[in-house]
Amino acid sequence: MAEVPGEQQSASDAEMTRRGFMFRFGLLFNTVAAGLMALPIIGYVASTLIYRDWQQWIELGKVDRFPEGQTRLATYRNPFHVPWSGKVAELPCWVRRTTGDKFQVFAINCTHLGCPVRWFSESGLFMCPCHGGVYYEDGSRASGPPPRGLYEYEYKIKDGKLLVKGGQIPTLSEPV
Amino acid sequence: MSRMQTAAVWVDQRLHLTKLFESTAGHRVPASAHSWWYVLGSATLTCFIIQIVTGICLSFVYVPSASQAFTSLEYLNYEQPVGWFIRAVHDHGSNFMIGLMTLHMVQTFLFGAYKYPREMTWIVGVLLFLSVIGMAFTGQVLRWDQDAYWGLGIGIAMMGRFPLIGPDLVHLVLAGPIIGAETLSRFFTLHVFVVPGLVIALIALHLRLVLTAGISEYPEPGKLVDKATYPQRYKEILDREGVPFYPKAISKDMIFSALVIVAILACAAIFGPKGPNGVPDPTLIHTVPRPDFFFLSLFAVFALLPPYMETFLILTAPVVGIAILLLLPFLSGTGERSYIRRPVAILSIVMIFLTLGVLTYLGESSPWSPHMDAWSGVPTPVQYVKGRSPLELQGAVLIQAKQCRNCHSLDGTGGKRGPDLTGVANRLTEDQLIRQVLQGGGNMPAYGKHLKPAEVTALVAFMRTLHPQLEPPARNSQVPATPKG
Repeated sequence: MAEVPGEQQSASDAEMTRRGFMFRFGLLFNTVAAGLMALPIIGYVASTLIYRDWQQWIELGKVDRFPEGQTRLATYRNPFHVPWSGKVAELPCWVRRTTGDKFQVFAINCTHLGCPVRWFSESGLFMCPCHGGVYYEDGSRASGPPPRGLYEYEYKIKDGKLLVKGGQIPTLSEPV
Repeated sequence: MSRMQTAAVWVDQRLHLTKLFESTAGHRVPASAHSWWYVLGSATLTCFIIQIVTGICLSFVYVPSASQAFTSLEYLNYEQPVGWFIRAVHDHGSNFMIGLMTLHMVQTFLFGAYKYPREMTWIVGVLLFLSVIGMAFTGQVLRWDQDAYWGLGIGIAMMGRFPLIGPDLVHLVLAGPIIGAETLSRFFTLHVFVVPGLVIALIALHLRLVLTAGISEYPEPGKLVDKATYPQRYKEILDREGVPFYPKAISKDMIFSALVIVAILACAAIFGPKGPNGVPDPTLIHTVPRPDFFFLSLFAVFALLPPYMETFLILTAPVVGIAILLLLPFLSGTGERSYIRRPVAILSIVMIFLTLGVLTYLGESSPWSPHMDAWSGVPTPVQYVKGRSPLELQGAVLIQAKQCRNCHSLDGTGGKRGPDLTGVANRLTEDQLIRQVLQGGGNMPAYGKHLKPAEVTALVAFMRTLHPQLEPPARNSQVPATPKG
């Protein structure tokens, strides 16, 4: 049906013109398409908010590697890493064996702001190089800015091997 | 017309370039705006362009993969022709950009250029400030060395202190469970695509606002900004003394920008690129991570804050600071513009810079960090082992062996975390020394569990000899100075 150019403009608000309908349909369709586009993108970028099951038993080595009454550094490969991670997936932790099968496994991260703590066996202290946090042998806070003692991993001994439950970085709100 | 002129006219007829020029580079500004104080904005833009160009060059070689980043940076430093220089220009360019941007902000604040009708220019400027700091932080991470790795951990730990959303924030930024390859990729994307896009959009907006609101005239004390009268007054200034920015008011900007470029190149040639400082292997725990210079003041703050204040301040201080910056044009949007009549403005700037300067100096020397190798690497000064009894010499051995020197100095050498022990016998009596060693206190841990009683005796005996020759050691007032009888 051929349209006379002048008639279009005089259509009243109550009538739905073809142009008006197509405009509203265009808006609606684009909203739906935008939603379909946005959901996967948000899911991709914020996938860490949805999938977050990073806890696994990790082997630290034979129990004999850790003599009684000593604190030793152990390293493990974080089970949750991407194939091209390289050295960044190798994480250290401090293993203290008190007696027999009693252990304390401390995360390397200072509880203040996460720098790596160093063990000194002569004075029995962990010292942090960043802001001066110090902890006692049993992990409790000795001095400096840290708000609490060292983070401790849950551990178990299986077949003569020491295992810890880890997999994600410890922070004050998610201590391991 | 020559062929060149014909071609030029053809292009201009299609692009309308001359009309565009009149409304941008050729727009009129007050003659008083041709001042050395006004060159800092364009200098910041110059730095940004340098960063983009050198950044593109670096991304031709840099590999943003956790296992390859360090190697590609070493390649840039030692194998890629002129690679070290491009890295150095990018590194020093970022320092210059932060410095010039801050000075630009201070200048517009002191000259009241954020007042009516330029409030939005200021607000967009604050958003630019925050974005550029974001660029600095993400760029630092891309160096992917030990400073970057542990520095990132510090940022993550701060986010971990947020109530409720802490873990979500941490893992969103990490893009995974730990600081890993996913994290580097995410920061690379932020640093190269997302934040620069934001910065470019904000710069376009900022420049548009500069054009629509006009460059402010040089402030004169007594000439107050009043919403009713200012637009008319500004128009009169432009009519009376307005000159086209190009070519009449651009020369100082040009000279200063060229100076900045030469200065960046000189710094790059003389000081070279920064790092990478050590392979980012988390198992290498004998590391002393430090941030880039503009974060040193923050580093000092976190070392010196008492623990009970820390989470509260981390959550509120940035919000309050940014709110004040953004709301500034609404807090003092009219009135006096010249800094000569604004003592609060000058005082604020002086206090802020003094605080930042002192904190940066402290962050540079970081006296709170134990000097980790002092116990094994800094020997006892010779004069303190001369003429001592065997018991006292045992004490001298213990002061080294028990890591006391990590925190304490003798004769100025050693750690600075605790007091210098050079004159300690004059400050503490024997009982006080014994108590301090066993129980700790102040910022010192207790050593009671790791010292046998004989060791404590030896240690205290040695410390009792640490006094100037002619002054006797401090004594308990109940002990007579001279023996009776």
